[in-house]
Amino acid sequence: MTQPQAHIRVRNLTLQYGEKLIQKNLNFDVNKNDIFIIMGASGCGKSTLLKHMIGLYHPAQGQIFVNDKSLWDVSDVARQRMMKHFGVTYQAGALISSLTLSENVGMPLELYTQLSPKEIEELASLKLSMVGLAGFEDYYPSEISGGMIKRAALARAIALDPEILFFDEPSAGLDPISASLLDDLILELSDSMKSTIVIVTHELASIFSIGTNTVFLDTDTQTMLATGHPNQLLADCDNASVQQFLRRGGVENA
Amino acid sequence: MTEEVVTFHRHKQDTLRVLIKGDWSISFGLQNPEHFLSHLTSSPETQYVVIDASQLGVWDSSLISYLVTLNGLSKAQNIEVDVTGLPEGIVRLIALAEAVPEREGVAKQLVKLNPVDSLGQFVIQTFHQFTAFITFLGEALLALGRLVRAKAVFRRQDLVIFLVDTGPSSLGIVTLISVLIGMILAFVGAVQLEKFGASIYVASLVGLAMAREMAPMMTAIIMAGRTGAAYAAQLGSMQVNEEIDALKTMGISPVDYLVLPRLLALIFMMPLLTIYANMMGVFGGALVSIIMLDVTWSMYLEQMMATVPLTHFFIGLVKSLIFGVLVALSGCYMGMNSGRSASAVGQAATSAVVMGIVLIIVFDSLVTIVTTVFGI
Ligand SMILES: Nc1ncnc2c1ncn2[C@@H]1O[C@H](COP(=O)(O)OP(=O)(O)OP(=O)(O)O)[C@@H](O)[C@H]1O
Ligand SMILES: [Mg+2]
Repeated sequence: MTQPQAHIRVRNLTLQYGEKLIQKNLNFDVNKNDIFIIMGASGCGKSTLLKHMIGLYHPAQGQIFVNDKSLWDVSDVARQRMMKHFGVTYQAGALISSLTLSENVGMPLELYTQLSPKEIEELASLKLSMVGLAGFEDYYPSEISGGMIKRAALARAIALDPEILFFDEPSAGLDPISASLLDDLILELSDSMKSTIVIVTHELASIFSIGTNTVFLDTDTQTMLATGHPNQLLADCDNASVQQFLRRGGVENA
Repeated sequence: MTEEVVTFHRHKQDTLRVLIKGDWSISFGLQNPEHFLSHLTSSPETQYVVIDASQLGVWDSSLISYLVTLNGLSKAQNIEVDVTGLPEGIVRLIALAEAVPEREGVAKQLVKLNPVDSLGQFVIQTFHQFTAFITFLGEALLALGRLVRAKAVFRRQDLVIFLVDTGPSSLGIVTLISVLIGMILAFVGAVQLEKFGASIYVASLVGLAMAREMAPMMTAIIMAGRTGAAYAAQLGSMQVNEEIDALKTMGISPVDYLVLPRLLALIFMMPLLTIYANMMGVFGGALVSIIMLDVTWSMYLEQMMATVPLTHFFIGLVKSLIFGVLVALSGCYMGMNSGRSASAVGQAATSAVVMGIVLIIVFDSLVTIVTTVFGI
């Protein structure tokens, strides 16, 4: 097997809100074309870690390297350029409420490319049809369902064909069938667009069906307990919290 | 673009070969499908389209977009498209884009209105707005009724917060504006009255104007800008987050829970603020008189007490109370009826201020006309 290439490397990362410590000593690699899952109990700092990885918050300590370039040792302009290659969906959707879906998806294109309004509209329609929202171009976020918002957010995230996609709980709040359809969609997109994907989730089904690599964050010790392929963790990891998390509900994967 | 990235070839009569070459990126813009269409229409015997990507470089959505369009155009003419020559990723993305076709009737139809229609719509909308506001007024009244019967549900802490926010927290701006208004009145009056040697009447002028008009009106306008807008923004963003729906499902009347404490806070605080504004205005007027006109404090106050009957002051107080109701209602009404987007909340805040000020001035004119007719 060839040595996988690290796309994102996290080294000695400490996450804090002001004085409040959330997580410390985080060390892990996200390889190229990984579907990397950040898991852990509610409130352990998964969203916080994600927001640090996309360069939204400055880490209290430690480094994040994307393509071997440190996210925080470069100028603001250079970081902005790096962030352009990220596509992100947030836990609550975060679509701009005063813009239609088509405008929401077209916004990054408008900002970062020289395309004409008509071309932008065309691409936005394409992205919306990829997530199954053909025909909903002129709807406002308040006029569509929660699951549709999640998918529209996905369409916005892939607008610029990003190298790395970050999803914060993409399938939370969806029924199991829609959730697994969304998982399939993510899998399909990552495979065909050859992008690396980082997902925050605690859906066991997603973790085992699409995850190729994971990190497990713990609330009590405020650090990571394990990293690796989910099946491998299930088989080899002897940490009780990790086992409990992965086996809850009597899942028979082992 | 330096060279053609798409070329068309025909080896067999019924087969159009689309050769895709080089690098495709959205930074180069999208390809126009017109050439393809003209190749199709120029030879109607075409039955197959074969896409050849053997010379394709790097690609992104611009290629997918182009291919999906080609596919659609060909399908419309019952022509088969062979995509087997394409890299697997592209085939799957195209399949993904076509997997869920547009459902009939979901797309929004944009209707163009002629001027008569849009005028009609405007009238209908205005009428709806009007009836909605009257309904809201009625609901607020009912809520007040429930309050009297001690059946209204709202948190007393909320009321305290709103009282603090409308009262003590707005003292600064009320002080500033009232003192300045008092000074302006005194200045303007002094210039005229001094010519007649009647400069002591500045005290009467400032006292009367403040008590009857300026103190209640200026305070109300300040509150419309400060508190009315805040109310609209608070309720509007609750509307956006479905918090108002949540209250309804918990069996709590949003009017009781949200509007009542805000309304009470303004009803209670407006008269107090107006009394305070009166004092500050008189103080401002006195300052100018003492500095400009050789009047002493006691002369000024005595003159004012002697010439300005207390009726004016009470009329001002009653007006301020009504102003408070108007400001609270327009703020809450706009907030409760806000649209569900960030910009709609902004609009609600703006409309609340505009509506508040318009109502204040209109009501004030009415009162002035009525009291003049009755000679009060
Ligand atoms: N802006 C903030 N300021 C201060 N503390 C915060 C902030 N955002 C989150 N926290 C705290 O950080 C901790 C981690 O929050 P985070 O949102 O990362 O959790 P999470 O793992 O994503 O949880 P969930 O699975 O419920 O989404 C929580 O204890 C939360 O209270
Ligand atoms: Mg979270």
